[in-house]
Amino acid sequence: MTPPVLSIQNLSKSYASGLRALKDINLDIRKGEIFALLGPNGAGKTTLISIVCGIVTATTGQVSADGHDIVRDYRAARTKIGLVPQELATDTFETVWATVSFSRGLFGRAPNAAYVEKVLRDLSLWDKRKDRIMTLSGGMKRRVMIAKALAHEPEILFLDEPTAGVDVELRRDMWLLVRGLRERGVTIILTTHYIEEAEEMADRIGVISKGELILVEDKVTLMKKLGKKQLTLQLLEPLQAIPAGLGEWLLTLKSGGCELEYSFDTGADDTRIPALLRRLGELGIAYKDLNTRQSSLEDIFVSLVSERAGAAS
Amino acid sequence: MSAAGSFNARGVWAIYRFEMARFRRTLLQSLIAPVISTALYFVVFGSAIGSRMSQVGGVPYAAFIVPGLIMLSLFTESLSNASFGIYFPKFVGTIYELLSAPISSVEIVLAYVGAAASKSILLGLVILGTAALFVPIHILHPLWMIAFLVLTAANFSLFGFITGIWAKSFDQLQFIPMLVITPLTFLGGAFYSIDMLPPAWRTVTLFNPVVYLISGFRWSFYETSDVGVGVSLGMTLGFFALCLILVTWIFRTGYRLKN
Repeated sequence: MTPPVLSIQNLSKSYASGLRALKDINLDIRKGEIFALLGPNGAGKTTLISIVCGIVTATTGQVSADGHDIVRDYRAARTKIGLVPQELATDTFETVWATVSFSRGLFGRAPNAAYVEKVLRDLSLWDKRKDRIMTLSGGMKRRVMIAKALAHEPEILFLDEPTAGVDVELRRDMWLLVRGLRERGVTIILTTHYIEEAEEMADRIGVISKGELILVEDKVTLMKKLGKKQLTLQLLEPLQAIPAGLGEWLLTLKSGGCELEYSFDTGADDTRIPALLRRLGELGIAYKDLNTRQSSLEDIFVSLVSERAGAAS
Repeated sequence: MSAAGSFNARGVWAIYRFEMARFRRTLLQSLIAPVISTALYFVVFGSAIGSRMSQVGGVPYAAFIVPGLIMLSLFTESLSNASFGIYFPKFVGTIYELLSAPISSVEIVLAYVGAAASKSILLGLVILGTAALFVPIHILHPLWMIAFLVLTAANFSLFGFITGIWAKSFDQLQFIPMLVITPLTFLGGAFYSIDMLPPAWRTVTLFNPVVYLISGFRWSFYETSDVGVGVSLGMTLGFFALCLILVTWIFRTGYRLKN
């Protein structure tokens, strides 16, 4: 098996205030994958990224990037990593070209005008290369930050909430860019509040809550394992209560008795839907419409985090 | 050389160029303003007051104040350039890039302090040129003059770098130059010889480190000094060593840089 491109072992972080931001995190990231780290505000996502990138010092544990320890062999490790932080922090008085070239030099790379041009073109920044960053829109500044992170040709790219506060068009552009980077072999770790984003792009999902990594799973497996489908029947006549003859399906009565909801396992061989519909016919319960809906990653995330919170209280 | 090697020369050069570009962008504040204020000092101290004063240590008063004026600008500009250089990335948040780059603390200091010192040395030479328009200047020990100029610029740039990391606000950033360095410079013999003070005040003044820097620099011009040149050099190097110890501690502990 290929060694992980990023290996995090027994990582913990406690602040002087006593806050334990990370608790014994163990995580391996595979080369070339898109890994989405999900978690509510204050869960520890940014702390985790900041430690890997060298901005925050870990209390205990080890991290290695492409086999290089981030503390002992920090030069080699950091050369492999690019970071797009959550906050829009730019050198406002610099031009786009100058700031991206600066980033390349800072990371020890020889000047390469052709490469910088390609990065700027990929991010639709080429026409703005001579503009000062202060004159750009928020979305364009976000692109500049990505260009800066890519300037030294990193093999691992961290995107901390990359699409927070950007419009739909830019978000779609970023998704395209991220896919393009993955095709070139760049490993991408992103944190996001937009579950839709993780669902759309990620190969694997990690869920972090209160400093603990509570789940790491392939996205498809996760959807299959925890994803539920719901069948909703809109009744012709409202019901006062669920008839005894329907007890075995564990139905829920909704919308003042006008809807019957049945949750079923997508992985099961027999969903028992045909039997339910037959029984409804036998009982003379007529329906005017029916639809099915699969739970989204967001539903799964909310249920995971709330389960966790419930268990802790 | 690649960053994976033992020295990230490209990283140092990138920061140095970035800082020098800021200097070019703000040429008016960086160069012209200190030159104008120096010219004003000459008008007030050199011409208006100097014309009523005899020589100091065998040197005409207007010429006597030249090294002190250069030092005054060198202190304040080195401090403000270096402190702003590192404070601004902290303030706007771009410090993340510096902290996540494959660049060592020694390289970071070298780049920021080197750029701030370069600007100050350039400024010192420009002020010297401006002064030469007002008074005839003879430098008896040009190499020592350069040595004191470079050492003092490096010293105060390093000190400025430390204050830039320490500062949590623009007010704090202004605190050291305005409330510590300027008074110490004015009381440190920039415009007079400490021999002109009453004996008690002369003793007190000897606790002011700035006295030694100005005295040594003035000696390189006129061979007149308040304290021995060896003592001046020793104090300059001592202050430099102290700043180095402080900056090493800052990077070792991550003080106000890392959580």
